Amino acid sequence: MSDLDDLYREVILDHSRRPRGAGLRDPFSAEVYQVNPTCGDEVTLRVRLDGTGPRTVLADVSYESQGCAISMASTSVMAQWVTGAELPEVLEAYRAFQRLVARRPVSAQAVSAQADAAQADAAEADAGAADPRDLVELGDDDAAAFAGVAKYPARVRCAMLGWTALQQALLRGQPDQSGAVAATA
Amino acid sequence: MSSPVNRTPGQDVAVDFAILSREVNGHPLVYLDSGATSQRPRQVLDAERRFVERQNAAVHRGAHTLAGEATDAYEAARATIATFVGADPDEIVFTKNATEGLNLVASAFVNASAGVTGGVVGAQRFTLRPGDEIVVTEMEHHANLVPWQQVCAHTGATLRWYGVTDEGRLDLDSIRLSERTKVVALTHQSNVLGVRPPLAEVSARAREVGAMVVLDACQSVPHGPVDLHDLGVDLAAFSGHKMLGPTGIGILFGRREVLAAMPPFLTGGSMIETVRMDASTFAAPPQRFEAGVPMASQAVGLAAACDYLTTIGMAAIEEHERHLTQTALDALSPIPGVRLLGPISTDDRGGIVAFVLDGVHAHDVGQVLDSAGIAVRVGHHCAWPLHRRLGIPASIRASFHVYNDVDDVLALADAVDSARRYFAAA
Repeated sequence: MSDLDDLYREVILDHSRRPRGAGLRDPFSAEVYQVNPTCGDEVTLRVRLDGTGPRTVLADVSYESQGCAISMASTSVMAQWVTGAELPEVLEAYRAFQRLVARRPVSAQAVSAQADAAQADAAEADAGAADPRDLVELGDDDAAAFAGVAKYPARVRCAMLGWTALQQALLRGQPDQSGAVAATA
Repeated sequence: MSSPVNRTPGQDVAVDFAILSREVNGHPLVYLDSGATSQRPRQVLDAERRFVERQNAAVHRGAHTLAGEATDAYEAARATIATFVGADPDEIVFTKNATEGLNLVASAFVNASAGVTGGVVGAQRFTLRPGDEIVVTEMEHHANLVPWQQVCAHTGATLRWYGVTDEGRLDLDSIRLSERTKVVALTHQSNVLGVRPPLAEVSARAREVGAMVVLDACQSVPHGPVDLHDLGVDLAAFSGHKMLGPTGIGILFGRREVLAAMPPFLTGGSMIETVRMDASTFAAPPQRFEAGVPMASQAVGLAAACDYLTTIGMAAIEEHERHLTQTALDALSPIPGVRLLGPISTDDRGGIVAFVLDGVHAHDVGQVLDSAGIAVRVGHHCAWPLHRRLGIPASIRASFHVYNDVDDVLALADAVDSARRYFAAA
């Protein structure tokens, strides 16, 4: 698999072409607009919440978005994954996805070191892919396809755009759970 | 040190840029993002290193030998840069970058309007009141738009703008200047479309109503001959790092009498005349605008970049980039789904080509290009209102400099076609 195919897995391309649950629906508990200011990708996202407290159910996630394949697919996969889940599960999904795509910055020294063949593999491992444990605990096959994003620091914000919107919508729609939601940030 | 004498733009000079021999993702680097930042030849790096290893000291303070030599090097750099853009040395202010230069000008309007003139004689020409107008264009980089929005918020002045035609040219008929127009701030060359607005016409209209002309010269000074006195603008800003020079240094040009009337921006050491516990008076330009120990090695590096560009010849560089632009327009336009932004000609435009690929987001195109070792800019390129005007969220921009060659442009076209096929395949 080429690096490019590793980033643009078939699942991602498919979700980007046919976003699941797209469109804004009524009724809704909260609506937010999120934008990636470096590229202008944007999403308007609504949540409908049923119940109160930790047993609150995320009954619907609806959205309108425009952006790159990564951000479009990520929002679609997210909506498919967390719709119908209770709030603690939603927050756990957020954390798992964030861990999957997050990446430690690589220093200039590490990049230079890659020129040295002996160290290239080590640097790659240091810079690169997600911890397999995260994949196991992720609990969503489509979401696991985003593991390739970790190698592309410029794309992490794309992958997180919809998730950030979800987090903001939950903060707005569920003020009594704001402590738990904010803890995901 | 090798000299660029008698060498022509393209592969002949590319050897001076070590980074261009790097591989990226298993391919030789094709660097087409000079509109964001250019690469530096070893002549620039050598000049900076020589200064740091032999003469480094805090300029304009201290009486020791190094302090004197460093000050001479810093002021000699100012003179070289002034000559490069057809200005006098005392009209050249060193700033952090062009953004800071434009903010320096904006702050002069804010301070003068608040009555904080620093005792500078003539500062009232920077005073704005509710009802006054600042005019910009819809194709400005955010750096020449957002500071003016801030000035309006501080002073009550109104922001207006020249629109952009469907072809991506400045729409001269979109607004009329009036006696209320105090400032006209515009780009010398769009950082997205490469278009050069009709500066002479806009300047003439501004002069007619007594408005000051502020020029964003970031995309013009690095790529062709520019004579700021001939252009007749009042103020102009550009960055060192887009013209083969270091980051952390930019230039604000101001006509002598304009700078003389400007209240200070950052205050502190170096920029004062006298300081007492209760109040201070300020130095004459350009020192008035250079608070603190300045970026001396960067100034030396930027002067070396001017020398380097001058030796090759700015007219030759401009012609070279025109050729590359024409090649890019010819090679990209037949690719199915490619929509070029801006005029489909090289008239009144510089070495920038922006486009979209139907059905594929710019970010994704950029990713495929990167996998082929090709560096371009994707996004809105800090010109969001222009992208809105063109009805697109983002675009792909290839921008050229002296070290690029036709092969780079053809590699770009090949990779764009690959991107099209990659995302169409599934």
